[in-house]
Amino acid sequence: MSLDKEQVQHIAMLARLNLSDEEYAESVEKLSKIVDFVDQLSAVDTTDVVPMAHPVDAAQRLRPDDVTATNDRDHYQQNAPEVVDGLYLVPKVLE
Amino acid sequence: MSVAWEVVIGLEIHAQLATKSKIFSGSPTAYGADPNTQANLVDLGYPGVLPVLNKEVVRMATLFGLAVSATVARRSVFARKNYFYPDLPKGYQISQLELPIVEHGEMHIIGVDGMEKRIGITRAHLEEDAGKSIHEGLDASSGIDLNRAGTPLLEIVSEPDLRSAKDAVTYMKKIHTIVHYLGISDGNMQEGSFRCDANVSVRPMGQKELGTRAELKNLNSFRYIEKAINIEVERQIDLIEDGGTVVQETRLYDSDKDETRSMRSKEEANDYRYFPDPDLLPVEISNEYIEAIRATMPELPDAKQARFIDEYELKSDDAAILTASRMLADFYEGVVKATDATAQVAANWVIGDLGGALNRDGLGISDSKISSDELAGLVDRIHDDTISGKIAKQVFEAMWDGEGSADDVIESKGLKQITDSGAIELVVDKVIADNLGQVAEYKAGKDKLIGFFVGKVMQETKGQANPGQVNQMLRDKLK
Repeated sequence: MSLDKEQVQHIAMLARLNLSDEEYAESVEKLSKIVDFVDQLSAVDTTDVVPMAHPVDAAQRLRPDDVTATNDRDHYQQNAPEVVDGLYLVPKVLE
Repeated sequence: MSVAWEVVIGLEIHAQLATKSKIFSGSPTAYGADPNTQANLVDLGYPGVLPVLNKEVVRMATLFGLAVSATVARRSVFARKNYFYPDLPKGYQISQLELPIVEHGEMHIIGVDGMEKRIGITRAHLEEDAGKSIHEGLDASSGIDLNRAGTPLLEIVSEPDLRSAKDAVTYMKKIHTIVHYLGISDGNMQEGSFRCDANVSVRPMGQKELGTRAELKNLNSFRYIEKAINIEVERQIDLIEDGGTVVQETRLYDSDKDETRSMRSKEEANDYRYFPDPDLLPVEISNEYIEAIRATMPELPDAKQARFIDEYELKSDDAAILTASRMLADFYEGVVKATDATAQVAANWVIGDLGGALNRDGLGISDSKISSDELAGLVDRIHDDTISGKIAKQVFEAMWDGEGSADDVIESKGLKQITDSGAIELVVDKVIADNLGQVAEYKAGKDKLIGFFVGKVMQETKGQANPGQVNQMLRDKLK
């Protein structure tokens, strides 16, 4: 196994996933297989290869600095569980 | 306790770029709009949308890079910085990591010790701002306003080259002046358009390795930056001297209590799992483009200050004040061009009376109630002896209160200096006749009394006589 339970727990925490013990056991096995599969690439000598930023060999298109969007708040907020005075409500965030 | 400590500071400044639309969408960026009225599908992170980069942010970042003698990357890459927070709907912030648009710049400041110092600028990269969480007036919830989400930011990262809170403020002020000169940010700190995080550590003087740093978040006034850094330095030194160790973490400055406190352990929160954003292609910039931007570079504060000293023969303090903002410098040059008086006299008026009036009324130079041409008109009347400097102050106040041009005020209030020597002579004779006791004392050698006589004449003429002429006439008559 290339990954241990602790690493998978860390990944789950970062992804905000709450996994059961059985799911952890399964995840450790499956994720390790994926990592091992991808790890075959390490066999290739990439000393002189520039890391690829994007699979498409093209440059970013730029748009002019124009305001093209109009206010459509009411429409978008139909998807929100709760809104007050135009604000999306979420459980209290404390710092 | 005899260890001398060296303070090491690096700043990460976030300057909001003054574009009309957001960095990756066509939503407006105006400040203070109703919540969520400036957030479209891209800003809200809906599935299936694509970010498209704003051309203007590339120009602004390039201009900044050139202004701080940096390398502008021919190819830069956007990356996703992954973390969860309610004001970040996508679950990642689009930023730049390995290939930022600007690298290896520098800035020179005059340190608190009066010496010039080079402050390295590691990098400046483009990124999007997050939304805002609002807690006031809501009980069990927080409200999310995503108007700010997607607003373009230029994050300017310095080397840990700063050695005191004062120098950090000087550096930040200089960056503030430069972005303003370049017209790429309004620099409004109250509105959060210009804010900074400070990485602060201490080490025994002479030690090479850096101490463990704490990051102070979201400092949004020059005064707080200085206070927050000083209080954090004190905390770290006390901690180490008591046998403790500094933990790498993010801390928040509480201005009410004047203390910093831990926000969260940075180690855990710091696992951002950056990777190149597949929605955005690399940004490519040609040499021709860079040269075209370079050709639009305005005169920068240091160069302008040097030119003011050289061309207008100003004192360096005055030149520094006048070049602190581009608009003030332009105003001053407007006065100089329009007046026959010397450039230094113009400087005295702009800094002294005009600066004082602006300060008193809490106005910026752009809100000045007197234009540069109008001020030049006033300075000219002193220059051609129509009024004395003292009367000019009275005229200035009237102009400030909207009573018209200098000539209008002088005319309507009858403030024109009396140059008719016959008229002055009448008053001089009267003053001598009324003060025979003082005349005797003067003649007995009490030379200082000449001031008394000049004062009396000026009083009689309501300040409209020429003091030099009065002085000469008195001396002749009292011989």
